[in-house]
Amino acid sequence: MKLEYTDKQNAFRAEIRGWLDANVPKEPLKSFDTEEGFEQHRQWEKTLFEGRWSAVTWPQALGGRGADLIEWLIFEEEYWRAGAPLRVNQNGVFLLAPTLMEYGTEEQKKKFLPRMASGEDIWAQGWSEPGAGSDMAAIRSTAKVDGDEYVINGQKTWSTRAVYADWLFGLFRCEAGSQRHKGLCFILLPLDTPGITIRPIQQLNGLPGFAEIFFDDVRVPIANRIGGDGDGWSIAMATAGFERGLMLRSPGRFQRTAADLVKLYKKHEDRVAADPAIRDAVMRSWMDAEAYTLATYKTASSLMKGGKIGAEASTNKIFWSELDLLMHETAMSILGARAELLPHVPATSPLDQDLDQWLDAFLFAQAGPIYAGTNEIQRNIIAERMLGLPRA
Amino acid sequence: MDFTFDAQQNQFRDAVRSFLVVEAAPERLREYWETPTGRSAEMRKKITDQGITSLSVPEAYGGLGMGDVDWVQILEQVGYHGIPDSLAEAAYLGVAILNALPDEHEAIKKKWLERMVAGQARLAIGHPINPLVHDAEIADLILLWHNDELHATTPDKVKTTQRDSIDASRRLYEVEWTPSDETRVLTADQAAPIWAEAVDRAALAAAAQLVGLAQCMLDLSIDYAAQRKQFGKPVGSFQAIKHHLANVAVQIEFAAPVVYRAADAVANNHPRRAALVSHAKLATGRAARLSARNGIQSHGAMGYTWEADLQMYMKRAWALDAYWGDSVFHKARVAEFIFADDAPLGPGETFTA
Repeated sequence: MKLEYTDKQNAFRAEIRGWLDANVPKEPLKSFDTEEGFEQHRQWEKTLFEGRWSAVTWPQALGGRGADLIEWLIFEEEYWRAGAPLRVNQNGVFLLAPTLMEYGTEEQKKKFLPRMASGEDIWAQGWSEPGAGSDMAAIRSTAKVDGDEYVINGQKTWSTRAVYADWLFGLFRCEAGSQRHKGLCFILLPLDTPGITIRPIQQLNGLPGFAEIFFDDVRVPIANRIGGDGDGWSIAMATAGFERGLMLRSPGRFQRTAADLVKLYKKHEDRVAADPAIRDAVMRSWMDAEAYTLATYKTASSLMKGGKIGAEASTNKIFWSELDLLMHETAMSILGARAELLPHVPATSPLDQDLDQWLDAFLFAQAGPIYAGTNEIQRNIIAERMLGLPRA
Repeated sequence: MDFTFDAQQNQFRDAVRSFLVVEAAPERLREYWETPTGRSAEMRKKITDQGITSLSVPEAYGGLGMGDVDWVQILEQVGYHGIPDSLAEAAYLGVAILNALPDEHEAIKKKWLERMVAGQARLAIGHPINPLVHDAEIADLILLWHNDELHATTPDKVKTTQRDSIDASRRLYEVEWTPSDETRVLTADQAAPIWAEAVDRAALAAAAQLVGLAQCMLDLSIDYAAQRKQFGKPVGSFQAIKHHLANVAVQIEFAAPVVYRAADAVANNHPRRAALVSHAKLATGRAARLSARNGIQSHGAMGYTWEADLQMYMKRAWALDAYWGDSVFHKARVAEFIFADDAPLGPGETFTA
């Protein structure tokens, strides 16, 4: 155990810190769930790419820096510290890319990864269907072989970023009559292909952060399949696997929120001091954000030494999503009766300057225990695969 | 940056575990509960033979010269097996206090450290953070706080009154004594930093044991839930039980690294040591309390009996949760850190000095 950064790690931190200081937009970008904001965020991905910061864990040859997991954590810490824009291509860079690198052909890697890194292609995910949510193996959308193409029919839903994204990756039933986990294929397709209809779904904040997608005889080359015919389920599980479990939410995000919450509390302490539960929740927020950070460093160190993690990755999802809720609920308690207010120009109270940051994030925190596998599903995974309790 | 234990540390942990699985099996603990001292000379001898009492005694006195990070996983095992022996108090905390004595006290240091290696020393430690002194009557040496001074005495020179604990392996005593020049080993100036470090080290030891206890109670509950059938199925196949136990696993997973961080901070006298130790104590207390609560719930009525082993570990967990600083004490220390004007909070600050 050596809980100090090496000179190389410190130099890496200094480099990214300097670059972010010089390049992070001074004015916050508009939400990437608006058309204008989406393009602003795409431009930001391009800026990151030009600095070779858009995919630090990727190999140098693909535009990355070959960063190891500790360097990735350092990058993320600095990213959140600098208040840099949210990553509009998270689905691509953090979820699809590791899958492509493991299961894709050289040709596929060459075709998709550089355009992903530069933000030219922004990716949406296509897992859930109206009848396949937590029970993802109930997927019914089909991909039927016709010549060297698949003909896709069916419907996907809750497809994050799909309204403005360029490409979609998802699971389709490619063997007629197959059941459950068998006969599924992992297919990539451009969202402007004829036969695709995208219907935006308004989220809690009124913006179309996800969409329904309808497929009506949509033709894609078989060459767009990742991995073998019928191997889609295991590839999708790998996408949801350990590294992605680690990378979906880096600790820096929650440490930033916790630090902001401490500041918010101190600013309003006189007004809220009579409710000691608020102070307690602020302290717990900081402690849990640190605990999440420490656990992530421990996991990263262990993986770098050749260790493996399995089902315990499911504990991450539960821990950070509950922490995120706690922090934002606490912020709402501090802001009290004005917490419900949307931004207003000009401000009508000194409290107004603290409002916008928290309300939207409070809404988003409600989704945390649901997306990427509900926390109930995660608890089942922990109970059965980590604790060895009998299956139902 | 490397947040892992080395192979030797893991081997030592595994050796201690294998030893305690046999020597501290639940039926043995029950026997010890019934004895007058609650202690077993035989067990202490075996612990000594394993080298556990010598772990942090310097090599010059015949020990192994190991540190806090080496200890932390062993303390988890001590907690897991709920041994009826104040080992953490004597071999970890007591030895650290003796190690810190300045050179002019070489005689005391040598005498007691060598006896510790030989398994011939029980140490009791009295500090006002705890109202009572563990093992005071059966100790060979009692180290006592008095206005930040360090005093040393023996049970025959103090008046002890035993107070029974719900955890029958804890032997707690009110100690009445009169500080004198004869008992004083160090002045307040000399002893204050030693006591401050001792409080952190003791709280760390309790935290590590709480992680072990939380895991032990979780394992007992998993075993029970996999065996016990209702509606024709093991109750552990029902989601209500699964989710209770999964929640415990989550708490343990995120409490243990905090303890390891705190162990490193104690070992290196980190400027944030107090806050890091208190964080560890609070996080592990929470994990252990949840493991007890969800454990008893998963055991159903059996969990409320004397017969089920769960009770022994629950009681230890409840006791340790408030030992060497209750939540009031530890939250105050965390608050002092995070609400300070220039507190280094946020991303990138976790490992800064």
